Amino acid sequence: MRSIRAAATGAVVMSLALAATACGGGTDSGDGAGGSSKTLTYWASNQGASVEVDKQVLQPELDKFEQQTGIKVKVEVVPWSDLLNRILTATTSGQGPDVLNIGNSWTASLQATGALLPWDEGNFAKIGGRDRFGESALASTGVEGKDPAAVPLYSMSYALYYNKQIFADAGIAKPPATWDELVADGAKIRAKGKSVLGAEGSNPSENIHHVFVLAKQHGADFFTADGKPDFTSPKAVESVKQYVDLMAKDKVIPPGNAEYAQNQSVSDFAKGKQAMLLWQSAAANLKSQGMKEDAYGVAPVPVQKGAPGSGTQVNSMAGGINIAVFKDSHNLDGATEFVKFMTSDAEQKALNKAYSSIPPVKSAQEDPEFAGPSMAVLKDTLAKSAAALPQVATESQFETAVGTAVKELFADAAAGRAITTASVKAKLEKAQQQMPAA
Amino acid sequence: MTTTVLKEPVRGDTPGAARDPRRTGRTRRTALPYLLLLPALVFELLVHLVPMVIGTLMSFRSITRFTLRDWNNAPWNGLRNFRVAVDFDAPAGEALLRSFLVTIGFTLCSVALCWALGTAAAVFMQDTFRGRGLLRALFLVPYALPVYAAVITWVFMFQHDNGLVNHVLHDQLHLTDKPSFWLIGDNSFYALLTVSVWKGWPFAFLIVMAGLQNIPRELYEAAALDGAGMWQQVRRITLPSLRPVNQVLILVLFLWTFNDFNTPYVLFGRAAPEAADLVSVHIYQTTFLTWDFGTGSAMSVLLLLFLLVVTGGYLLLTSRGRRAGNG
Repeated sequence: MRSIRAAATGAVVMSLALAATACGGGTDSGDGAGGSSKTLTYWASNQGASVEVDKQVLQPELDKFEQQTGIKVKVEVVPWSDLLNRILTATTSGQGPDVLNIGNSWTASLQATGALLPWDEGNFAKIGGRDRFGESALASTGVEGKDPAAVPLYSMSYALYYNKQIFADAGIAKPPATWDELVADGAKIRAKGKSVLGAEGSNPSENIHHVFVLAKQHGADFFTADGKPDFTSPKAVESVKQYVDLMAKDKVIPPGNAEYAQNQSVSDFAKGKQAMLLWQSAAANLKSQGMKEDAYGVAPVPVQKGAPGSGTQVNSMAGGINIAVFKDSHNLDGATEFVKFMTSDAEQKALNKAYSSIPPVKSAQEDPEFAGPSMAVLKDTLAKSAAALPQVATESQFETAVGTAVKELFADAAAGRAITTASVKAKLEKAQQQMPAA
Repeated sequence: MTTTVLKEPVRGDTPGAARDPRRTGRTRRTALPYLLLLPALVFELLVHLVPMVIGTLMSFRSITRFTLRDWNNAPWNGLRNFRVAVDFDAPAGEALLRSFLVTIGFTLCSVALCWALGTAAAVFMQDTFRGRGLLRALFLVPYALPVYAAVITWVFMFQHDNGLVNHVLHDQLHLTDKPSFWLIGDNSFYALLTVSVWKGWPFAFLIVMAGLQNIPRELYEAAALDGAGMWQQVRRITLPSLRPVNQVLILVLFLWTFNDFNTPYVLFGRAAPEAADLVSVHIYQTTFLTWDFGTGSAMSVLLLLFLLVVTGGYLLLTSRGRRAGNG
């Protein structure tokens, strides 16, 4: 009996001890923000075809960094669907990575939490100065007038990818430059039994990218100058309606795409079922799905008719990935050193080549690797006619609210319900009511 | 309630032991199991209670993108988050109410179907026949599969353009004029219900089958001698004997279905269609996508209170019924 009691007491003591360490742990463990000066943790976003591909791309580069500096980088590739939640959790607990990737449209929202290291002149000087980066990429690194919360890493822009064979079969000589031309070409393509244009109707972020560009083309914005949501102006409503009408009225986006959210439209295009795709930096993705590079052409995203045309009217959001440092990192010097390495000319060329994105670092952009005809379209768009998504603290809520409204409108269109100015306005009004007051 | 009294007095070393050795022995006997349970209890506390307490604390604060990082010192908000959650004239409250009603309807349908299917299958499987073992094993497959793998397979089957469901309903059986959408729009409710029932009924089957083993065969034999048919036997013997089992089963199914997050999240992604916007996903959206952590926490607390009331009421009702039935 006594031995049993001793065992029980032992078990209790042990569990309490375990509990105590579980609560207080982290501060001195080797992981996360508490790492020693010889290690760093890095959350990389999923850029390649899969998490595994990313690890294969990144690991040799990280080994190079370790050789140069003696700092070991533990990398974790986080899928997009988890990344924002993981960052928010790390923000509340203070137990995050040292360095992380963020979608550039979230930067202002994350900047508001105060968890990211501000990039003032001093910090920029450590990585070679802010002049090294392109203007449009810098535009999405935080709220205007504040020190950026992140540094551009990969840049992307939207383009119109079109299947050359389908265009030839339908007797279309050149890719459409305006939306009217696209709709007219659509009729010819449909007559050949192919679907016209792909969309990811159930993916709120994709929806946002497209309606944002259309709104810019109409001269509308989703936020007032002082950063308040303004979703229901006649021009904003018109822009959203124009995008959903591509399915409802113009019949160029097939109804089935209303439920796409897993990049099915890219697969449809790669398999040759569909004539056109609006996507950012799709080359690596299409290649991994077996589509040959000479099977498709790349053209700027269509604009509204009438001058000024392509190259002057906004036809892409300034897409891309930023790299940021967690303020709570115990190895800020090492983290800054790592950002310097990742934004160096050599790494910029290697990584952007692997991901078919464009280097935001100007000197790396000059590399012949990024001079091919399709790359030229993306580069040109980024330099001349791409606009950064609103850099306001409520950006991520805007993506959810308006992106979901467009998803619901697509669902209505797919079910054959009428899309009217009133129905679009009602959805946008609801979205605006969901926005936080402050 | 009876307690087994130790037959042999045990030598004790506490002061009380000298006076009443039998009593100490009993105390030690009753204390030991609790001591052994303590490690589990401590971890249960850590895993469940601590987050619950933190969540409740959060629900009284104004936690937004600006205060998130240091939420411990976020401004005290009193009951304002709760007021926002239950203000049914404002957008947040209205959406929560709608989502709550959808969840109630969905849960009632799902539990009823799971229970009916599970019971029917269990009763049917009582008779021995060729291939019974194989069939039993097959019935348990949905219960054994990892949720993500199972639900993502359903996503493929529900696809509009090349899903199996539309292929069968439209192309083969010609039941619909044109292929339907299952993952967006109003039909999403039925898609969710289908997956939920498919996932839930094997559990009901398993529990009812176990309950059936406890019913003495003699009862059926006697009933058969008295001329009771199959249906009468089920109604007069099987169902009443299963009552205690069913009470627990229905409660557990209700709680699981009501709180299910995985199924709708995998099926519809982060923005569920209105017709299938379950409360669990809705709270996730409010908290993590709208970055309104305070209101999200308040909604969770309200949900917890609701489930506590429902569970308490249900237990009270069923235990009274049982006492009356026994008395």
